[in-house]
Amino acid sequence: MRHIISILIENESGALSRVAGLFSARGYNIESLTVAPTEDSSLSRMTLVTSGNDEIIEQITKQLNKLIDVVKLIDLAESAYIERELMLVKIKTTHETREEVKRMVDIFRGKIIDVTPNSYVIEMTGQSNKLDAFVHGFDAESIIEVVRSGPTGISRGEKGLHL
Amino acid sequence: MKLELSGGQILVQCLKDEGVEFVFGYPGGSVLHIYDAIFHQDEVKHILVRHEQAATHSADAYARATGKPGVVLVTSGPGATNAVTGIATAYMDSIPMIVLSGQVPSPVIGSDAFQEVDTVGITRPCVKHNFLVKDVTKLAETIKKAFYVATTGRPGPVLVDIPKDITDPNIKVPYHYPEKVSMRSYNPIVVGHKGQIKKAVDILLQAERPIIYSGGGVILGEAHQELIELTRLLGYPITQTLMGLGAYPAPDPLFLGMLGMHGTYEANMAMHESDVILAVGARFDDRVTGKLSKFCPYAKIIHIDVDPASISKTVKVDVPIVGEVKPVLEQMLEMIREASHQPNKPALVEWWKTINDWRSIDCLDYERDSNIIKPQYVVEQLYEVTGGNAFITSDVGQHQMYAAQYYHFNKPRRWINSGGLGTMGFGLPAAIGVKLAYPDSDVACITGEASIQMCIQELSTALQFNTPVKIINLNNRYMGMVRQWQEFSYQSRYSQSYMDTIPEFVKLAEAYGHVGMRIEKPEDVRGALEEAFAMKDRTVFLDFMTDRTENVYPMIEAGKAHNEMKLRVAPSTPFDSELS
Repeated sequence: MRHIISILIENESGALSRVAGLFSARGYNIESLTVAPTEDSSLSRMTLVTSGNDEIIEQITKQLNKLIDVVKLIDLAESAYIERELMLVKIKTTHETREEVKRMVDIFRGKIIDVTPNSYVIEMTGQSNKLDAFVHGFDAESIIEVVRSGPTGISRGEKGLHL
Repeated sequence: MKLELSGGQILVQCLKDEGVEFVFGYPGGSVLHIYDAIFHQDEVKHILVRHEQAATHSADAYARATGKPGVVLVTSGPGATNAVTGIATAYMDSIPMIVLSGQVPSPVIGSDAFQEVDTVGITRPCVKHNFLVKDVTKLAETIKKAFYVATTGRPGPVLVDIPKDITDPNIKVPYHYPEKVSMRSYNPIVVGHKGQIKKAVDILLQAERPIIYSGGGVILGEAHQELIELTRLLGYPITQTLMGLGAYPAPDPLFLGMLGMHGTYEANMAMHESDVILAVGARFDDRVTGKLSKFCPYAKIIHIDVDPASISKTVKVDVPIVGEVKPVLEQMLEMIREASHQPNKPALVEWWKTINDWRSIDCLDYERDSNIIKPQYVVEQLYEVTGGNAFITSDVGQHQMYAAQYYHFNKPRRWINSGGLGTMGFGLPAAIGVKLAYPDSDVACITGEASIQMCIQELSTALQFNTPVKIINLNNRYMGMVRQWQEFSYQSRYSQSYMDTIPEFVKLAEAYGHVGMRIEKPEDVRGALEEAFAMKDRTVFLDFMTDRTENVYPMIEAGKAHNEMKLRVAPSTPFDSELS
């Protein structure tokens, strides 16, 4: 099963490689990993998407907690949560297709953020499957480039992952 | 005014403030400032090894024998990479160790400078934690953190990588060694959950076929007294892992011997047939469990461990208790004493009867009237000559198993071996580390002619620092354990498992300034050992010519379960499970 693990980790050099190294050393699956500093510059927040049965996920969270730089973590899948991913897509356009592409962007509540005579850059956020659906709406030749941030997430309700 | 010191001086002062007696190391370009600071004092003694791997093994064994962290100092590049084997050895056995490594100056890091490697990167998977010091004003605090992390929770090696500019003698900063450090990201759990302990005690007291299975955690956690008390209070059988030997006295009747791949018949059968297992500071290693799917099919498992990640890692447990073994066992003892009911006496009588039947086959018996020296006999004689009181280090292979089986350890911290990583070359530097800690005690290294050659150069260190240890070389002219596996699993195709140019160890020992003895007949074994141990101030290399084809029994071969042991002699009446 797919799990999203949110990690607060010391913003130290090498912290990212400790997490990445743990996954490769122990053979855990890693689908995506995003990392950026938080409002407290001494801390980074990582969002890690992985999959595995309950035993594997339990080991993953235990091993992550064991890393000295990891301050706190939660498995978002354990309660209600919101997940979003950012995607930037560069699409080839022609005079005939521009309107159709724009309609697609509106349907998916995306934004066109760059325009040339032959292309659009589209910004879109949402759950990963929505982004997948949008990309699948185009034929492969018209897509110039796709950039995705990987999912990031937050729990619903008042409680949060903080110190 | 505050004391102003250079980075090199700070490092040495930190070690003094930590009460460090010995630093095991080897100098080189990146650590010259530190070595100069060492030169100006004599409080912290530097032990100059002949190879950095040995520095880590000596420091590691010092820690195993004393409980205090071992300290290593190596230079950048090859100094650090040579230390990696020893760091990994300590990591696998959870040994507290501080490794100080020099690094090229900060401005040239990343430029492939002379003797530069990414030490923090290379060691990351085999340390509990590591640091790269970027600011001399943070050096003392970093060292304090290193000691704190290495010695608390589940202990382990911590490496501090120190670029040369950080130890520059011309840059001095105020020195302050913090008495305590706290880290928001590191708070090891000490006390176990009371509800869980209560649950464990209830299950333990209801057991009909219980067994206590304890490991190295009991020794690391200084909980042997509590373990002994608990075992005797309950009257339950106890078995120990390779790393746990000595925590419970081996000669005691409740002790069934070691379990696992080369464990005793009675210990493995009792594990297999048990209905309740109390695992204390042990980690269900594959050499203990055998085939996981067939492991202890009838047992409810209680597991006490300081490391939550050890719990349910390979074997799913029923009652996990996270905490240090000592306070958890103390709480258990208290609850058992106050409990309304006591162990099930009639069931225990039956259980012990079954166990004693298993015991009666005497699985460790061997051919005692052989006219070739049997390796087991040498270990038995060593046990008698030293009164069971020596510190025994070992290398890795058959001799290690013979040591574990036939030297009946009755005190903790006397059995010093590389259990997890299985590092050949460990034994001799380990013996030196132990002898430095306990100069008045007998220290023997049980080894083989293959293992000993992996760190033989340390005979030179032993002379320089006057560490008279006794080397018990069980010389069978084979890599015995490799040969044994090849005999059992590869139809005796002995691929590369022997050397036909084995040195004359007597001459070699003499060349290094020690005493060498070659023993070829069983009747000379006892006398040679007595003579060697009478030479209190000499390192003696005893080269025993042992039976070439002797194997370690019992053995659980790969993929087999505890009740599928290979024995030297099959029991005349099979003890099929009537219990299950």
